[in-house]
Amino acid sequence: MSLEASGNLNGHGAALRLENCAKTFADGTHALETVTLDVARGETVVLLGPSGCGKTTLLRIIAGLETPDAGGRVLFNKTDVTRVPIERRNVGMVFQSYALFPNMDVAENIGYGLKIRGVNGTERNARVAELVALTGIEGLERRRIDQLSGGQRQRVALARAVAVRPSVLLLDEPLTALDAALRERLRGELDRLLRTLGITTVYVTHDQSEAMALGDRIVVMRKGGIAQIGTPRDIYFAPASRFVAEFVGAANIVEAVHDNGSLLLPGGKFTVAGAHGASLKDRVLVMIRPESIKIVPTEGAELLGHVETVSFVGDRQKVAISGIAAKLIVVDAPNSVALKIGDRIGLTVDPSAVRLLPGDLP
Amino acid sequence: MRDRLIFGAQLAFTIVVAAFLIVPAALSMLAGVTLNYFRGIQSGLTLQWVIQVWQLYSDTIFRSLLIALATLAVTLVVGIPAAYALHLRNDRLSRAVEEVITLPLAIPGLALALALLLTYGGFSDFRRSWLFILAGHAIFTLPFMVRSVMAVFGAIDVKTLDEGAASLGAWPWRRFRDVIVPNATPGILAGSLMVVTLSLGEFNLTWMLHTPLTKTLPVGLADSYASMRLEIASAYTLVFFVMIIPLLVAMQIFARYRGNPTVLPR
Repeated sequence: MSLEASGNLNGHGAALRLENCAKTFADGTHALETVTLDVARGETVVLLGPSGCGKTTLLRIIAGLETPDAGGRVLFNKTDVTRVPIERRNVGMVFQSYALFPNMDVAENIGYGLKIRGVNGTERNARVAELVALTGIEGLERRRIDQLSGGQRQRVALARAVAVRPSVLLLDEPLTALDAALRERLRGELDRLLRTLGITTVYVTHDQSEAMALGDRIVVMRKGGIAQIGTPRDIYFAPASRFVAEFVGAANIVEAVHDNGSLLLPGGKFTVAGAHGASLKDRVLVMIRPESIKIVPTEGAELLGHVETVSFVGDRQKVAISGIAAKLIVVDAPNSVALKIGDRIGLTVDPSAVRLLPGDLP
Repeated sequence: MRDRLIFGAQLAFTIVVAAFLIVPAALSMLAGVTLNYFRGIQSGLTLQWVIQVWQLYSDTIFRSLLIALATLAVTLVVGIPAAYALHLRNDRLSRAVEEVITLPLAIPGLALALALLLTYGGFSDFRRSWLFILAGHAIFTLPFMVRSVMAVFGAIDVKTLDEGAASLGAWPWRRFRDVIVPNATPGILAGSLMVVTLSLGEFNLTWMLHTPLTKTLPVGLADSYASMRLEIASAYTLVFFVMIIPLLVAMQIFARYRGNPTVLPR
């Protein structure tokens, strides 16, 4: 079945609002600070953060597997569902371990939610067939769960979660259990599927490339709180803090002195666009992404340094350069440039790619 | 050469140990079909003792089976939901409850029986019926069912399966019926066989709790050892073996599926 034919799957899902949701567990652990978050109907929001940052707790609060502390509210389409148990919230959930039922075959797993809802056999079979086609697992309907590969299980789990036409689709690290190559492929499929379905989706991951690829917006979380909310581009190019800059992508974070539109470093000075908020002679924290620094001839270069290490990674090479700042600066150089350790080189920085970070200097 | 010697020595040792255990059992069963035990096997083989056992004690055999099945029913109805609740909660309280459930294993059967007699001995109808023995057996065998089912719950991550079913809209009872119980089948089977076997063979508790009208097989066996000729007691042992061995074999077969519930034939 083509994706177009599944058009009747489109356009369901609820707008989601979390209001002042915090979570303290019985043992006193503060898993989640007070969080307020809106997710528009049909939007995919990714909760991104290191382990223990509260992202899974937040997802479980949306699911109804945890209740927020007093004062917190969960709203689906403006209806308060805080006290509604998970079995009546009409959510679709994909667990990290998939939680497929070993006592049922693939089709029975996918159809279970419909069976619970009292959908009759014919209708149920039709819906199961539709999802089997959509997730590309034709021919596996009568297989038992232990006869499936990791990728197939992931697809079954997704089909099962989506089968009930949930108000909100919740995915908890759905690709983490898979190997790297498969993860990349399924990420693409998942992206296509989520766009086709158009369900409101909340996706939890610790993998920033997954977050970038799938999210309409990313919520970066740290220590139980929200560090930044924004589109993947916002998060990448305009991180709100040092934590976000370092967690999302590679970043050079250096201390510099701001001098009338230029930044002074031990290795030279370069101009910077939009150094808003910084007054003259301020010491500032600066983020420069490795790909926005170019290696140039030493004559007339803004910055001068020495090559410390070169690691060739195929499509590019990662070069660590000393002498520019207090610590090594990492530059993504084209794979065609020949560099040796100890070479003296010049660098230029794309002024629009330099970001001044707020916060105290170390 | 040296390896073969070591192997030979090990084999011989194993055979001697096995013989030490098996020979008495075999002799006992043989005595049950021997015409006159004191004259030995040359006196001839007979089934007359087995028939006499049947005439004298068949009621104890049926009672034992009845109690074993009733014990199984009780431990299933109480034990599986208990294991489910204990596994899902997994806090200090649930661990304390688990300890309490397991306690009857550590307490001598006689002490348990005494406690039951002190507490319920006054309810004479209950005291006189086989249900009194059932109560003792249920207390004694419950930990085996609970532990066995909990072991499977631990192996299959039943909490996530439960949450998965809940996310699809299933209420607790439906989840228990559709997902939890079917996936705990290996543990339930292993636990069931253990409960039935233990109940059939239980003597300590039962001996204290029984009345002349509520003798079970092992109590009858003790009775026959004390008051009948040796051949009848031995024939009785034979009957007991015939009942218990198929159960033990079944237990071994199902034990193989434990921890790997998915290979169990449906």
